[in-house]
Amino acid sequence: MKRYFSDLFVGGKSLVDGLVVTTKALFQPIVTVQYPREEIDITPNFRGHIDLILDPEKNTFRCIACGMCERSCPSECIQVKGKKVEGKKKKTLALFKLDFTKCSLCGTCVEICPTQALEFSNEYNLAAFSKEAFHYDILKRLEERII
Amino acid sequence: MEIISTLPPELIRMVFAAIIIISFIFLNAIMMGYLERKIAGHVQRRPGPMEVGFHGILQLVVDGVKLVAKELLIPINVDRTFFRLAPILSFTPVILPLLVIPFSEKLQARDLNLGLLFIVSMTSINVMALLVGGWGSNNKYSMFGAMRAVAQSIAYEIPILLSMLAIILMTNTFSLKEIVGAQQKIWFVLLQPIAFIIYIISGVAETNRAPFDLPEAESELTAGFHTEYSGMGFSLFFLGEYTNMFTVASVATVLFLGGWHGPTLPYGEYLGIVWFFLKVYFLLFFMIMIRWTYPRVRFDQLLNFAWKYLVPFSLANILITAVVVKL
Repeated sequence: MKRYFSDLFVGGKSLVDGLVVTTKALFQPIVTVQYPREEIDITPNFRGHIDLILDPEKNTFRCIACGMCERSCPSECIQVKGKKVEGKKKKTLALFKLDFTKCSLCGTCVEICPTQALEFSNEYNLAAFSKEAFHYDILKRLEERII
Repeated sequence: MEIISTLPPELIRMVFAAIIIISFIFLNAIMMGYLERKIAGHVQRRPGPMEVGFHGILQLVVDGVKLVAKELLIPINVDRTFFRLAPILSFTPVILPLLVIPFSEKLQARDLNLGLLFIVSMTSINVMALLVGGWGSNNKYSMFGAMRAVAQSIAYEIPILLSMLAIILMTNTFSLKEIVGAQQKIWFVLLQPIAFIIYIISGVAETNRAPFDLPEAESELTAGFHTEYSGMGFSLFFLGEYTNMFTVASVATVLFLGGWHGPTLPYGEYLGIVWFFLKVYFLLFFMIMIRWTYPRVRFDQLLNFAWKYLVPFSLANILITAVVVKL
């Protein structure tokens, strides 16, 4: 008999507690983000596809077209080509392409780069209708930033 | 105009009342559906419907159009008569209680002197609709849902009637208008708090809403009794459920919360409806909050609670009420 009433009391109290929790939640601000309409800031640690770093002093890339990244890439998704420019001793970068469909974001290219010319981008809105849309021209992306 | 003047005025009155009530039922279902989803969203700290119209206000209209446009699928080997009859049986009787509910002193379609009994009997038909639909669907989930609905209804009909009886003992009448009239000075919720609590709990169970939504327990029985229904068949069940909620809340308002009584308004005989609706929608809001707060009970817990707690408490409550009234 004692159990009967204590069950009633404990149960009733827990029901009231539950209602208090949900009523509080009802008046708290919402936490979900209406994604296409609003976006949240991405953490700087986010590892998107690789990008060339824009050197603020030279106002261009630091890449020396040595091809270390191309050779170290386990998925062979990077393609680097340099060309001779008159008046300069070394080669300059002429082509930097990334096949992002193959890339596993391992970061070996970023680590191995002797001039620290590569970084991870913060791009996460990646959706397209064709495979070719993910064959990025990294050099072109940098040139767009220079302007 | 000639014909209208020859018709009995009472008939015209009833036709008008029926038209208003039926259109109100649809409006209520739309509002409740929207409120339900919005409140569910905000309880879980998400915005709810946001896309159709300002803050998703037209969402339920769009849903309604979709449901009307959908094909009425009749599965193979079902009992066609029962299968088609069930949604109609679920929807039609829930309109009738609204005819006797006094929305304000003068806004009442018909003041039956057995109004409360009429409401109780009409809302009970809804359970039969669930049984017919579940049986006719030729589906084990529907069958289980229907069986649970019947067991649950039998268990919870008793405390609901006993808690009403406590009020009837105090007022000596079944007429809803007179019951509201008797609460001029003090609402019965203050005199009969236990009956009120029992009524609300059993009312939630009667309308098959969470945490007592065992007949349609989606994680156990797919969708319970309406598993096989699509389009309008489903939406009639849906309308029936929301109208039943409205009826339960209205009866609670009439019996316990003083009906149309409230601070005086101009044209109070008619505008009492404002207070009535405020109280009703407060109760409906409470029922929605309950749904999004508590998990579903197990079936043995459901029946244990009815037979071990609600029935003895309501019996004791009646006994005490009878003694006090007699004194």
